[in-house]
Amino acid sequence: MDSALLIHRLHFAFTVTYHYLFPQLTMGLAPLIVILKTLALKTNDESYDRAARFWAKIFGINFIIGVVTGIPMEFQFGTNWSHFSRYAGGVIGQTLAMEGVFAFFLESTFLGLFLYGEKRLTKTQHWFAALMVFVGSWLSGYFIIATDAWMQHPVGYQRVADGSVQLSSFWQLVLNPWALWQYAHNMSGAVITGAFVMSAVGAFYLLSQKHVQQGRIFVRVGVIAALIASVLQVFPTGDAQGRMVARNQPVTLAAMEALWETQPGAPLVIIGQPNVPEQKIDNPIIIPKALSFLTWRRWNAEVKGLNDVPKQDWPDSIPLLYFSYHVMVGLGTIFIAVSVIAAFLLWRQQLYSARWMLWILLLLFPLPYIANTAGWMTAELGRQPWLVYGLLRTVDGYSKMVSAGNAWFSFLGFLGMYTVLSILFLFLVRREIEHGPDPDPGPLAQKPGVVAAGPVEVR
Amino acid sequence: MSTLWFMIVAVMVAVYVLLDGFDIGAGAVHLFIAKNDAERRLVLRAIGPVWDGNEVWLLAAGGTLYFAFPLLYASSFSGFYLPLMMVLWLLMLRGIGIEFRTHIQDAVWKSFFDVIFGISSILLAIFFGAALGNVVRGVPLQADGYFFEPLWTNWRVGAQNGILDWYTVICGLVALATLVVHGSLYLAIKTEGDLNARARKVAGWFWPVQVLLTIVSLIATVYILPHVLNNYSRWPIGYLVPALVIGSLIYLYYAHSKRNDKGAFLASCAYIVGMLVGAAFALYPNVLPASTDSSFSLTIYNTAAGAHGLEVGFVWWTIGMILVLGYFIFVYRMFRGKVKLDGSEHGY
Repeated sequence: MDSALLIHRLHFAFTVTYHYLFPQLTMGLAPLIVILKTLALKTNDESYDRAARFWAKIFGINFIIGVVTGIPMEFQFGTNWSHFSRYAGGVIGQTLAMEGVFAFFLESTFLGLFLYGEKRLTKTQHWFAALMVFVGSWLSGYFIIATDAWMQHPVGYQRVADGSVQLSSFWQLVLNPWALWQYAHNMSGAVITGAFVMSAVGAFYLLSQKHVQQGRIFVRVGVIAALIASVLQVFPTGDAQGRMVARNQPVTLAAMEALWETQPGAPLVIIGQPNVPEQKIDNPIIIPKALSFLTWRRWNAEVKGLNDVPKQDWPDSIPLLYFSYHVMVGLGTIFIAVSVIAAFLLWRQQLYSARWMLWILLLLFPLPYIANTAGWMTAELGRQPWLVYGLLRTVDGYSKMVSAGNAWFSFLGFLGMYTVLSILFLFLVRREIEHGPDPDPGPLAQKPGVVAAGPVEVR
Repeated sequence: MSTLWFMIVAVMVAVYVLLDGFDIGAGAVHLFIAKNDAERRLVLRAIGPVWDGNEVWLLAAGGTLYFAFPLLYASSFSGFYLPLMMVLWLLMLRGIGIEFRTHIQDAVWKSFFDVIFGISSILLAIFFGAALGNVVRGVPLQADGYFFEPLWTNWRVGAQNGILDWYTVICGLVALATLVVHGSLYLAIKTEGDLNARARKVAGWFWPVQVLLTIVSLIATVYILPHVLNNYSRWPIGYLVPALVIGSLIYLYYAHSKRNDKGAFLASCAYIVGMLVGAAFALYPNVLPASTDSSFSLTIYNTAAGAHGLEVGFVWWTIGMILVLGYFIFVYRMFRGKVKLDGSEHGY
């Protein structure tokens, strides 16, 4: 545990994993808030405005943690990964600086207007502010994905005399085919988080018979959005992303599936533990030939195995990569199943009274966070041992001047700081959920229990 | 092209210091200016809608520095590792101090976050000043362009310096005094009555401190770095910068005594710009001088990104800045005028 490389990797992995718990909800909720504001504008129904206001509060708390944990990410490129920054800054500096100039300003400006300006703006202007918050947060996501995509699949660069790489084509960098699919896959993943969080809060209100009318809005919007996003997550985005990995990083695919030998008609492993020393899978449940079909669309296509690649180019933790990938895929399947059944019940007008389904929706909300985290772990562990795929190894990228002791110091500091942030976040969000959306200002709303106007059948 | 980007980064840093400077300054003094909950809410309301946008300038300036001078970013950020990590923690504490305070209407909860907000603002002002002091004084760069500075060594200015020595501590205090005046004047503009009077009084107390520390720091700079005036002798137009600094300090005093808060605040802005431009002008074309061997110094030439990238970047940067200017004018117009407590619609 005194290898500086290991601590620098843990440092970045921990801070980025923790950070991404927040932007995924920000980016997932932003379009849903726009939908609520649009419904309010179209139907003139004030309850959608109250729903939007409630989610704006959760969004605001979440956004602040996202901002304060995001600043360390930009800093760490310099502090912990200075050799990488020196090598690649001439290329990825473009996308990182563009994120600041184009996305952050847009997002922070309109978030201020959205959160504090509702009384000063007209309804349409306030809707527009919500739309711009959505655009800003999704633009921010694109620039980060474009940066990561360049590390996965470097394009638009040239090597120069001092050993670094420099930009040669701006449009190749910005329109990297890897970035386009990765972005689509990542953003539908964020919407899955936003949608299931929204439906979970709605389900909680329906189960506890508080804020019932608002709870129904949350469940309805959440379930429909979750269904659309869960399907898009697998096809076409997940499928395209997987085939891109197969074409460009065959060794990564082999490690994700723990496929040791190159073979035609390769099987797909559903469950099982990779046994690296013996090069097999323990307790496997497999679908024969499915991997070949999924990657090359032919049942008997040849898929490359790990043993055809020098060991030094293998991802350095095959089991962790394998499990990240399988957890992601398994959870993605669960999301489709749950959202299809929930949407069916919604269509049959039985969802609001189907307690068993509401319980499932309530308990489901941590899983999208796990799935998104596992997805990112698949991408980043799969890129190993490279920092920039095929160009710069991870071992050559960290700050050689920063000793393991100094890196431990700040790593522990972040652990402590983020523990405090987590407690504050959970505490404040719990209070907002407990308080709930504003009550209906209509005449019926004078007495508490009457807010739940309308017959609610709860078994 | 590298000179142009040097100026762009310098301007972005200056804009960051001007904007975030007033809310850091407001944080540094709010425990002393605002005496009760209502007044503290006014302070927060004065900066609430804008502080996050102001802080984005730090990220944008950092991102631009990374893009235009990757080696400088890599070397300085890893070399200043320890203080930067602490800056990150302070920025976090400050952000939650501002935003989470009014989520719970409880005196203990609120005063806890008030103190967090105050202390983190004070420390940030000192850290940023000391950071600038380090860049001016030079750092122990090696031949490969990297260095690592401990927090302190023997507090002396020499080849093996730490982040903190007597010189950089002075720079930190200059920054604190400057931002205290800057933030107090901003609060004076945004408030009325007792709060306005107290903000004005604090600015009045700290003006002589600011003048004294400015003089001390300039003398100290010339003392430890005799060659610091070379650029000024080479391009005498540079002497306009110290003239601007002196003029703005005098005008600040004049406007303050005439109860012209806006004029005094603008003078404070001019002072800050003058100090930063003066430092950048003295450094050029160095961006991080070496205290070890001047041939190891990082310059705009040996740290800049490739020419094609810089040219492409200039196109999108210009477009982006036009948009940003539009946002800022819009937001500051919308939230212009004095802040009042009118119900709880803003949350602060």
